[in-house]
Amino acid sequence: MSFPYNQGHWLCVLALLAAQVVHADSKLLATGGASGIEGQAGGGIVPWAVISGYGDFGEWGGATALTRVNLPDFQLDVSSFSIAFDNRFEFSASRQELEVKPLGLTINQQVLAVKVRLGGDLIYTSLPQLSLGMQHKRNRDMAVPMALGTDKDSSTDVYLAGSKLWLNGLMGRNVFANLTLRLTEAHQAGLLGFADGYQLQAEASTGIFLNRHWIVGAEYRQKPDRLASVNEDDWLDVFVGWFPSKRFSLVLAWSDLGDIAGLADQDGLYLSLQLSQ
Amino acid sequence: MLLRSLLAMFIILQGGCAGTTEDNVPEQTLYHQLGGMPGIDRIVAGLLWEIAEDSRILPLFTKTNITRFQEKLAEQLCDIADGPCTYTGDTMKEAHRRLAVTPAQFNNLVDGLIRVMEREGISVGAQNALLQRLALMHGDIVFS
Repeated sequence: MSFPYNQGHWLCVLALLAAQVVHADSKLLATGGASGIEGQAGGGIVPWAVISGYGDFGEWGGATALTRVNLPDFQLDVSSFSIAFDNRFEFSASRQELEVKPLGLTINQQVLAVKVRLGGDLIYTSLPQLSLGMQHKRNRDMAVPMALGTDKDSSTDVYLAGSKLWLNGLMGRNVFANLTLRLTEAHQAGLLGFADGYQLQAEASTGIFLNRHWIVGAEYRQKPDRLASVNEDDWLDVFVGWFPSKRFSLVLAWSDLGDIAGLADQDGLYLSLQLSQ
Repeated sequence: MLLRSLLAMFIILQGGCAGTTEDNVPEQTLYHQLGGMPGIDRIVAGLLWEIAEDSRILPLFTKTNITRFQEKLAEQLCDIADGPCTYTGDTMKEAHRRLAVTPAQFNNLVDGLIRVMEREGISVGAQNALLQRLALMHGDIVFS
């Protein structure tokens, strides 16, 4: 299956959005989130219940992002785009390239994802915003996963996420929290292939808006540990997000990804630039 | 355009002087953080400009008596900010019953309000406190 993705493609999508949808950016600043490594609106490593971009009810929106995570023995590059409608449906595609520095090779993975807001509103309802999402992943370079003991190259994660923003939540600042429950078969998010049979994992993000442009926070992503040959650790990060406008945002994080494919202590900088509409 | 000009004229003529009473209210109230009645009047006047500039929400105000709206909104903000006022206008449900306000329009107005408060130099904490209190009205204002 070929993947409907290249840089020209998303520029087209954005141009189309910009041309057709004047004023379709009614959602409040930062409420479209950033773009995570799996291409969806969220934090860096945890998908959130928020829908990407700034399209509100009856409006289109979307985002495109470039993300790099630089670790001692790996470098992960992600390019992604998403389109959203009605502040309810989000479709996204992303390509992950994991460079394995000691081996001089790269593992590519593609993720096609969909998210539907089931109910609630991030800000205005006492019920948190709840969304159901799926991420279909296809690993294109199975040499390393096979060496580590798996030959399954694709699978679909399913998750339920709840997000809430409390205005004036703490010391006059707005406070954000998200909880995500994920069913997954993936080893290292799919970059090391997949197991047979789903496991339930919990993920969480929280942050505080210093003002409406700056947020600082932290994320945690529980991970399975199902490859006999190597350890897999839970992921953590602390981040700073900057949303100067609804068009552009930047996230800088320190991520601690633990053991990956037998290489210990993989922690390093995470940087993500997002254009949004 | 005509509506916009009329609105602008009203704002200028009014000069932001909705009714106020004594300012014998404790210092730490949100009312004081917003600059008391003069501050609230400036916020309301600024918000009217924002409405006049926003073609997405301006149509909601075609049948609005702007003088009364300006007065009642200032009174309402004063009231919910723990200032020395009692809101005497219609309930939010009554006032918006026939308007079919969309969630997007609600957010457009919030965006406008935030811009005004930033221009007026209102602290982040006071902005968020006011937004928190106004957000409670979302269910009564937005058409569902």
